[in-house]
Amino acid sequence: MIEKTDVIIIGAGPVGLFAIFELGLLNISCHVIDNLDKPGGQCAELYPEKPIYDIPSRVSITGQQLTDDLLAQAKPFKPVYHLNQQVEKIAKMETNEWLVETSLNNKIRAKCIVIAAGAGSFVPRKIPLENLDLIEEKNILYAVRNKSILEGKDLLIAGGGDSALDWTNELSKIANVTLMHRRKEFRAAPDSVSKMLELEKNKKVSFLLGQIHNIENLKNNKIKVLVKNNDEIQSFEVDYLLPFFGLKMELGPIANWGLNLMENLIKVDTEKFETSVPSIFAIGDINTYPGKLKLILSGFHEAALMAQECFKYCFPDKKNVFRYTTSSKDLHKKLNSS
Amino acid sequence: MKIRVIDRDGNKHELEGDPNSTLMEILRDADLDIEAACGGCCACATCHVYINDQWLEKISPKDDDEESMLDQAFDVRNTSRLSCQISLSDELDGIELEIAKE
Ligand SMILES: Cc1cc2nc3c(=O)[nH]c(=O)nc-3n(C[C@H](O)[C@H](O)[C@H](O)COP(=O)(O)OP(=O)(O)OC[C@H]3O[C@@H](n4cnc5c(N)ncnc54)[C@H](O)[C@@H]3O)c2cc1C
Ligand code: FES
Repeated sequence: MIEKTDVIIIGAGPVGLFAIFELGLLNISCHVIDNLDKPGGQCAELYPEKPIYDIPSRVSITGQQLTDDLLAQAKPFKPVYHLNQQVEKIAKMETNEWLVETSLNNKIRAKCIVIAAGAGSFVPRKIPLENLDLIEEKNILYAVRNKSILEGKDLLIAGGGDSALDWTNELSKIANVTLMHRRKEFRAAPDSVSKMLELEKNKKVSFLLGQIHNIENLKNNKIKVLVKNNDEIQSFEVDYLLPFFGLKMELGPIANWGLNLMENLIKVDTEKFETSVPSIFAIGDINTYPGKLKLILSGFHEAALMAQECFKYCFPDKKNVFRYTTSSKDLHKKLNSS
Repeated sequence: MKIRVIDRDGNKHELEGDPNSTLMEILRDADLDIEAACGGCCACATCHVYINDQWLEKISPKDDDEESMLDQAFDVRNTSRLSCQISLSDELDGIELEIAKE
């Protein structure tokens, strides 16, 4: 089934979230797609607890608070969120609409696309060793999608954060798990840490002090991981290596959509924030124009102007009457009914 | 003040430092391929460097935040630091370092 909406917003960072509001004011409906498991983009993923000081009228607000407030502000407009999936393809349909496809095979059509993709989608940070391609396909898992293939296998999990600890605890039920980290301290939820230490004590999990030094392919479908601790190198034969070294941002499929790019940023004009392809807009950290500042504040402004132009694509026969939110009866009705 | 850097390809550079900047800012502005994705907030570990032993003790030690963030870096050594957490000062004139692999 193909879902239908007026505008598809790619990226649920602060700028994408505020775009829902600005479009909603003009009665434009949206679907929002993000690769992360939660809305908020960089604010929620990289610095949820850190205070931001340059959001107008907010003396100080943390990344998570800002996200929560933006979600609340957008809620009356009933946006539809599609999380945990990357937008992979866009194509023009015969109806002149855009068809957007995600990595979970969701298909949505819309009159406009708003790219609010920040520095790209958050993807797992890869091991910086050369010639890993072959092994990466077979023996390295940066995310666990199908637990059943790991049953009874020898696993080496690397990292000291929540993902590493949670998967160590979870997978120890079905596989032989060794957790490796460069120190025996973890920046993960205290609960998961004590659970892991308990499992280690009961010999359900082994802990190894060290870091990945090199990886070699073996003939028996296994890999040999060379682990370095200080100047000592040990070798480990395992079926799978699961490295959890956090996330990084990568432009990804957007590079293939035929947009005018400059150093991985999308060029836009400063009147409509439209890209080189009509009815595709780009706002927030992903765009560039003379004088661009990568600030949340600037992204909010860009969202407001973009919405004015989207209106023309969505309602070509209607006239857009400029109204303040303080006096918009339409808006007040929506706010009261939500 | 001078900063002596070995880049990821092993090439040597001598950069002009500035006591009002962090080490990361100087490396980034010299286009030395340091990503510094979080802009210096100790939230990404993409500004990882190895400081020459002799200079290590002249720099204020790592705090917990930096130590935790280093967990996301590869090949962390005793000389590892996140360059965004190092404020330059005249004392560090001549500092030598190497950019870690990414
Ligand atoms: C530590 C730190 C501190 C900061 N402090 C400040 C500050 O004080 N003030 C300030 O104004 N700014 C600050 N910033 C910058 C601010 O966070 C960014 O400007 C802001 O997050 C940009 O918002 P955005 O919505 O454009 O993009 P992002 O927040 O980057 O969100 C983009 C989203 O798009 C998703 N995405 C991308 N491509 C795809 C795809 N193909 N499919 C699906 N999803 C996709 C990503 O997963 C991501 O969630 C700070 C940044 C950092 C890292
Ligand atoms: S620039 Fe991100 S941690 Fe230093």
